Amino acid sequence: MTDLIIVGAGPAGLTAAIYARRAAKSVLVLEQAAYGGQIINTPSVENYPAEPQISGIDLATKMYRQATALGAEVRFEQVTAVREAGAFKEVVTPKGTYPCKAVILATGCENRKLGVADEEKLIGRGVSYCATCDGAFYRGKTVAVVGGGNTALEDALYLADLAETVYLIHRRDAFRGDAATVAQLKARENVTILYHSTVTRLCAERRLTGIEVTDTAGRVTELAVNGLFVAVGRVPNTEGFAPLVDLSEDGYAAAGENCRTKTAGIFAAGDNRAKEVRQLVTATADGAVAATEAVRYLNSL
Amino acid sequence: MNIKEVTQETFEAEVLRADVPVLADFNADWCGPCRMLKPLLDEIAARRSDCKVVSINIDEEMDLAEQYDVSSIPCVVLFKNGVEAERSIGFKPREAIEAMLEA
Repeated sequence: MTDLIIVGAGPAGLTAAIYARRAAKSVLVLEQAAYGGQIINTPSVENYPAEPQISGIDLATKMYRQATALGAEVRFEQVTAVREAGAFKEVVTPKGTYPCKAVILATGCENRKLGVADEEKLIGRGVSYCATCDGAFYRGKTVAVVGGGNTALEDALYLADLAETVYLIHRRDAFRGDAATVAQLKARENVTILYHSTVTRLCAERRLTGIEVTDTAGRVTELAVNGLFVAVGRVPNTEGFAPLVDLSEDGYAAAGENCRTKTAGIFAAGDNRAKEVRQLVTATADGAVAATEAVRYLNSL
Repeated sequence: MNIKEVTQETFEAEVLRADVPVLADFNADWCGPCRMLKPLLDEIAARRSDCKVVSINIDEEMDLAEQYDVSSIPCVVLFKNGVEAERSIGFKPREAIEAMLEA
């Protein structure tokens, strides 16, 4: 039986794998998409100690190689359930059920959806959640950005350099993000800010052609846009953890600094854990802590 | 077989008139997930003779990307007899890409 299964091969999961392998525990990492997690879309990481500038993909690949070279096995399977089975645990994927002694949940977060009809269907056909990934497709085009935080402001600024026209749509009258970025945006001639407004409908044929925007007074406007960039925050991937792990009001896994959840032998690490700072370096720190705690737990069995 | 780089000029002959299903990988050098997907597509191209894999650099071939409504990469479009049969957006494990061919 595998000692430790790690769900998620982002920075937290891969760091946990490195620590657990160095403690000579058998490790299986299960990942539903690509290793590296969120950072693979970051063109340049400049706040990770000892790497003044590295692309997210290169950093992720280094972590992945370090973990696998130490003997961690990584399989690309989506975990559909984690459960207790007597004194042990079971992790379920469409390919099978893996018994193990301890589990680290390092599932990260995903982009929050707007929740309008056809949104998912139009991903990659005009709807995007990553301006630096998809901005290149909108050179000289018209785009809209939705959101009020720093990500939305930075996305709008980034797109203002590429697109002909940028609409920034925000449901409130003031931005949560940095005032300096707001000022920069307001100075751009090709940026129009729509306050008190939400996107209420997507218009599309084969791809997105426009959006319907409704303001708090109930006025409805239709904007012709080629692209819609959604930057309305992130949500933790904790669906289905509930019986074994307490969740915070906003869905994050309740686990203290020691990464222990309410269930012995189940740990939470990285962006999915309820905490203050979600950064690459705090994710790797969580991975180290969770693995150390998991090893202690395994040694106590 | 190796993955062939396809342009607007060669697209019709290489993709639309191909006698086997074609996986057309729209990608760019600066795209991290594209770089992760590349070795998996190399493997498919090397192992299988019942399909063909081609690469389209969107920075060079933006018109092709637009023509096929590609607005996020990596985007692998499966063409059968010159018509799009399916597409996969973002990094996917090799099995998921190959599953498109079996459908």
